[in-house]
Amino acid sequence: MQSKLGLDFNKVARAKGLAKDIATDVQSFVEHYTTVATERTICRALGIDGVDENMVPIPNRVVDELKDKGVLGQGALFYIANAMISTGLQPQQIAEKIAKGTLDITKEAKVTDWNVLMKTIQPVIDETIKKIRDRRLRREEYIKEYGEDTNRPYIYIIVATGNIYEDCIQAQAGARQGADVIAVIRTTGQSLLDYVPYGATTEGFGGTFATQENFRIMRKALDEVGEELHHYVRLCNYCSGLCMPEIAIMGALEGLDVMLNDALYGILFRDINMQRTLVDQYFSRIINGFAGVIINTGEDNYLTTADAVEAAHTVLASDLINEQLALFSGLPEKQMGLGHAFEMDPMLKNGFLLELAQAQMTREIFPDATLKYMPPTKFMTGNIFRGHIQDALFNVVGIWTHQGIQLLGMPTEAIHTPFMSDRFLSIENARYIFNNMHDIGEEVEFKQDGIIRNRAKEVLDKAIALLSQMKEKGLFNSLEEGIFADVKRPKNGGKGLAGVAEKGAHYRNPFIDLMKGRK
Amino acid sequence: MSEGLYSMEAKNFDKTLDLKKVKPYGDTMNDGKVQLSFTLPVPAGAEAVEAAKQLIKKMGFENPLVVFSQELTPGFTFFNCYGNLTYTVNYSDINVPKVDSKVMSMDDTDTYIQENVGRPLVVVGASTGTDAHTVGIDAIMNMKGYAGHYGLERYKMFEAHNLGSQVPNEEFLARAIEMHADALLVSQTVTQKDVHIKNLTNLIELMEAEGLRDKMIVVCGGPRVSHELAKELGYDAGFGMNTYADDVGSYVAEEYVKRHPKK
Repeated sequence: MQSKLGLDFNKVARAKGLAKDIATDVQSFVEHYTTVATERTICRALGIDGVDENMVPIPNRVVDELKDKGVLGQGALFYIANAMISTGLQPQQIAEKIAKGTLDITKEAKVTDWNVLMKTIQPVIDETIKKIRDRRLRREEYIKEYGEDTNRPYIYIIVATGNIYEDCIQAQAGARQGADVIAVIRTTGQSLLDYVPYGATTEGFGGTFATQENFRIMRKALDEVGEELHHYVRLCNYCSGLCMPEIAIMGALEGLDVMLNDALYGILFRDINMQRTLVDQYFSRIINGFAGVIINTGEDNYLTTADAVEAAHTVLASDLINEQLALFSGLPEKQMGLGHAFEMDPMLKNGFLLELAQAQMTREIFPDATLKYMPPTKFMTGNIFRGHIQDALFNVVGIWTHQGIQLLGMPTEAIHTPFMSDRFLSIENARYIFNNMHDIGEEVEFKQDGIIRNRAKEVLDKAIALLSQMKEKGLFNSLEEGIFADVKRPKNGGKGLAGVAEKGAHYRNPFIDLMKGRK
Repeated sequence: MSEGLYSMEAKNFDKTLDLKKVKPYGDTMNDGKVQLSFTLPVPAGAEAVEAAKQLIKKMGFENPLVVFSQELTPGFTFFNCYGNLTYTVNYSDINVPKVDSKVMSMDDTDTYIQENVGRPLVVVGASTGTDAHTVGIDAIMNMKGYAGHYGLERYKMFEAHNLGSQVPNEEFLARAIEMHADALLVSQTVTQKDVHIKNLTNLIELMEAEGLRDKMIVVCGGPRVSHELAKELGYDAGFGMNTYADDVGSYVAEEYVKRHPKK
């Protein structure tokens, strides 16, 4: 590809090489560990669902049992397959007995020959694989039938009423106004729950609980409106926090299309233990990759704490690491919604040029990624009229540099969760600009040694310097020292460390081979 | 020329400013002009426009004008409107409780603490409860600050500890005691269903139960926080939108000196 910025692609290759070394080091750690969330995901993939009389999810009851008995490291699948042999029951029946306290699966596990175990459990596994594949095919058929405009960013909007049924009304309205992706914001604090709540929910703070039933309800609402509009409307949720891979499998089963799924976000911004999150992200991304889900990474958040001009290279460095970790999970580049943001102080002279340079640079460094571009939030002041213009400039950069997903800014950012009319105004803004400036990227070139080219070069150089430093230290130490977003996190601190276990001699997760890098 | 571009109506009202009877200003004193936008849960059409006009009249406007309407989704119509407000307020009678401190620059605040306290003041801040937003507490505390106003971490005479987001009130207090805090800064961004009120109240109750309330200066802030609300909830001061580290720093320094006068 001819760079419009005069980027030195040898440098880009060097940056990717450094990021790969960093990711390789992480991966060699990840492969030796499992977590409670990973094991609960395997339970769900074996069809285990539902809650006990105290609303505790059955997958939690099963995995807590293994953890309490000190055998988490052997993995849930080993014990469940053994229990299937010894009892002749299906995984759900076994799990219900565990929850009632009438079965101890850790005692029954006598078979250690994986050929025998796999023969028993293969039909259950195949059924789940088929369900997920069918979901994927269903999406692909819809898109084939309706077609879609891939020459502009997807228009991504958020609903966040707390009530899944109210969310459906808002989402359908948004789809009719032209949204391509609807994200249901999660209730505040869900990322720190070490279980996934159950059933349809109508109460939440600042968002709606992510539950499998809520996924199903919203998917149905979007399919209805999609059929009316002859437009496939994508559904997005949050595969982050302490239940990363669990949310991934639930989304895969219910036909979600986009998932926030960052390898580092939870560590930095939710103080989740880094070992926990790095192990969890691996399986969650394998599932997302297989399900055809586009993941979104959260680098925009760095710029809400650090300065957008000074810290631009940390966004690029993190995108590069996220990319390499995603490749280890077999996630195709097309499904990588690597994140960045338009967050500079609007009073900065030529700030627009710097934003344009960085967005074009990100496009050229990740040519096949469905880049996720985030709107101004930090400098939205309550002046809704200026805010609408800030969002317009953001939209100009989005169409100009071929961003993949444009999370629309709202003029009322920092005031309230969007009104129906706020979304209308923002979608109108984006559609106007995306159409009116459609081919500007093909028409305009950037001046040699001008502000834009120099900015891109500067950010890439600084990212390389940072990655070199991180390669020496390793990712864990770098996070301990506060390299990203000015946030320092200890390797053994944060939430969820107790849910990490080293894999034992009997451990096996056959879903990895069946899903990784496959369709 | 279309109607509404130029106002032909006679301006036969008193055009002198009377602070006892203030009303909105468009382009002529006392014209009462206001712009409004809202959505009604009805389909677009002449009836919708009429409904909007009647509503505007009920709000106390004359000459309601619907300049734009659009159906957002079946059954919901959005309006942009203008009208002349008939109500007035007595501005000269208004009394708003404000944070009682002189706002000083960072250097002046440092000098003030140096001279009047003689040691750095310990400030512990967090976004508490379930609130995951750090934007507010970061704007006040982080080195970098916000919109050109350096945060408290940059002050020489503040020992500033930013505990980040989602800090439970109990843990917040425990850390404050451990760090010998002189002042607590609580940030609340999420206000859905008044969750911030419950959380802010809970902190004061905990402090009272532990006998800590009088031992520290307790300040809250956030886009929906006012000084008046803060006082009502038992805080010493509240800082809303468009206030910065300078405002908070000056207040904490002056309030501390007020409570601990030099002997």
